[in-house]
Amino acid sequence: MTSLAVLAYLVAAVCFIMALRGLSSPVTSRMGNLYGMVGMAIAVATTLILLPQVRNYWLIVPAIAIGGGIGYVVAQRIQMTALPQLVAAFHSLVGLAAVCVAAAAFLDPAAYNIGTPGAIHVGSLIEMALGAAIGAITFTGSLVAFAKLQGLVSGKPLVFPMQHPLNAALGVVIILLIVWMCVGQSGAAFLLLILVALALGFLLILPIGGADMPVVVSMLNSYSGWAAAGIGFTLQNNLLIVTGALVGSSGAILSYIMCKGMNRSIINVILGGFGGEAASAAAGPAGDRAVKQGSAEDAAFVMKNARSVIIVPGYGMAVAQAQHALREMSDLLKKEGVEVRYAIHPVAGRMPGHMNVLLAEANVPYDEVFELEEINRDFAQADVAFVIGANDVTNPAAKSDPASPIYGMPILDVENAKTVLFVKRSMASGYAGVENELFFRDNTLMLFGDAKKMCEDVAKSLA
Amino acid sequence: MATEDIAQGAQGLAEAARGLADQAQALAVQAQTATAVPAGEHGFFLTGLTVFVLACFVGYYVVWRVTPALHSPLMSVTNAISSVIVVGALIAAGPAVIGASSVLGALAVLLASVNIFGGFLVTRRMLAMYRKKS
Repeated sequence: MTSLAVLAYLVAAVCFIMALRGLSSPVTSRMGNLYGMVGMAIAVATTLILLPQVRNYWLIVPAIAIGGGIGYVVAQRIQMTALPQLVAAFHSLVGLAAVCVAAAAFLDPAAYNIGTPGAIHVGSLIEMALGAAIGAITFTGSLVAFAKLQGLVSGKPLVFPMQHPLNAALGVVIILLIVWMCVGQSGAAFLLLILVALALGFLLILPIGGADMPVVVSMLNSYSGWAAAGIGFTLQNNLLIVTGALVGSSGAILSYIMCKGMNRSIINVILGGFGGEAASAAAGPAGDRAVKQGSAEDAAFVMKNARSVIIVPGYGMAVAQAQHALREMSDLLKKEGVEVRYAIHPVAGRMPGHMNVLLAEANVPYDEVFELEEINRDFAQADVAFVIGANDVTNPAAKSDPASPIYGMPILDVENAKTVLFVKRSMASGYAGVENELFFRDNTLMLFGDAKKMCEDVAKSLA
Repeated sequence: MATEDIAQGAQGLAEAARGLADQAQALAVQAQTATAVPAGEHGFFLTGLTVFVLACFVGYYVVWRVTPALHSPLMSVTNAISSVIVVGALIAAGPAVIGASSVLGALAVLLASVNIFGGFLVTRRMLAMYRKKS
């Protein structure tokens, strides 16, 4: 590699760091994204122009044109509510690309200066095997996550006996195959390794339920980074190593934040099965206790006479696509002189920051949207907490009932508000399968119905 | 007499020069083997590991400063930049003679390109929506 190419790659790596740095505030974020694009353009141009190995553009140009075209169209057309599954799908592509690059390096090691076919350096073999295995796990794991998020398969955790011993056994098989591949320079071992890793990725994500998807999506994000770093070692390319490490640590931090938001360990989430059987069992006793049920007019009356309203959106808002109707409703409230703010729980929705994007899409200014720690104490002063499509993240059992599966999870203290309005389709319990004590309190008013329709009806009564 | 001396002297000089040239060549060979060792596999692994660990720390400190409101764009932009793996794909797809590995490389280029264009554009769409109170 020429010195110029190494330097150009360094510039690209710095651009990627600046891209992440830009996201520390919405003001600088657009600049950050631009840095990312420039970095990628430098990386691709350097590879095409300065690397002596790249001499044939007959395959490359059509591949970039077709891939770029597909990416462009998808990015333009995708609905913001479909963002989590889009990100999962994109992760799967990185995983598959990593597998392809590792396989290409195995078939033609001379192009990468790592030996000749049948005599590849052992270090490079280990690196490409790891890159391929992580890539394959990312690929099928992301496909399962995509299918669950898109609703192609049930979001319920899929558990069967001996699941975890089976996964552990597959992990051991992968290690043995890597050893075989290094000792024997065996192509068969490499192929088997990829197949076993594909199966493992599939099995790892199956038992994880829908509402744990924020953790899964960030974890896969992290994996795609580690796969890129592994390939970077094979290619002896610092740019890939730096970028892979950046992405890998970013995804790992996000998974950590999401787990903390649920007060569960990452192991507990990965082992899965959470909220499966309990969900159906807990629905029973709710029937015999009385709740206060209200109409859109009642809600409009209560909120119109409030000084301060805090809106708590959850996944139900995303499902009903209610964000625009919600914003129109809060605009009318603001016209009445009511202070309207939004409170976001870290794990609300199906990916980190999901609610923030949807509210931004509906033109809600980001300085009206607050994180849990910023706003939780203000519920005590609020007249109304308007909970739309959220349940578990408001359940006081997380603080009071040590036997509850969500005990210890940080929650939004909506119970401290003078009145709590719950927009819900039915009395069904949330993802964790726990009944919410709040529904039966005197200061709670249940608004049964579709979230979007309810917001529109409230807005009509306000107008 | 004088010309004979000069001729002898010139011959001596030529021999000395030849000797020097041989020595220089030997030195060059030595130097080549000396530089070849650290440039080998183990040399890069340690350099790469250094870069990797330092980059993990940079990532750690940079990502903790990302505001939670932008966690979705963070995911989509990191997804886009992880397709830097396209560099490896281009090398695989680029040799003058097309073989199985170049076809795999081209497939990887295609997949990574979807990600690059899709990832950056969808991030831009998302970020364009964030606005302050007017």
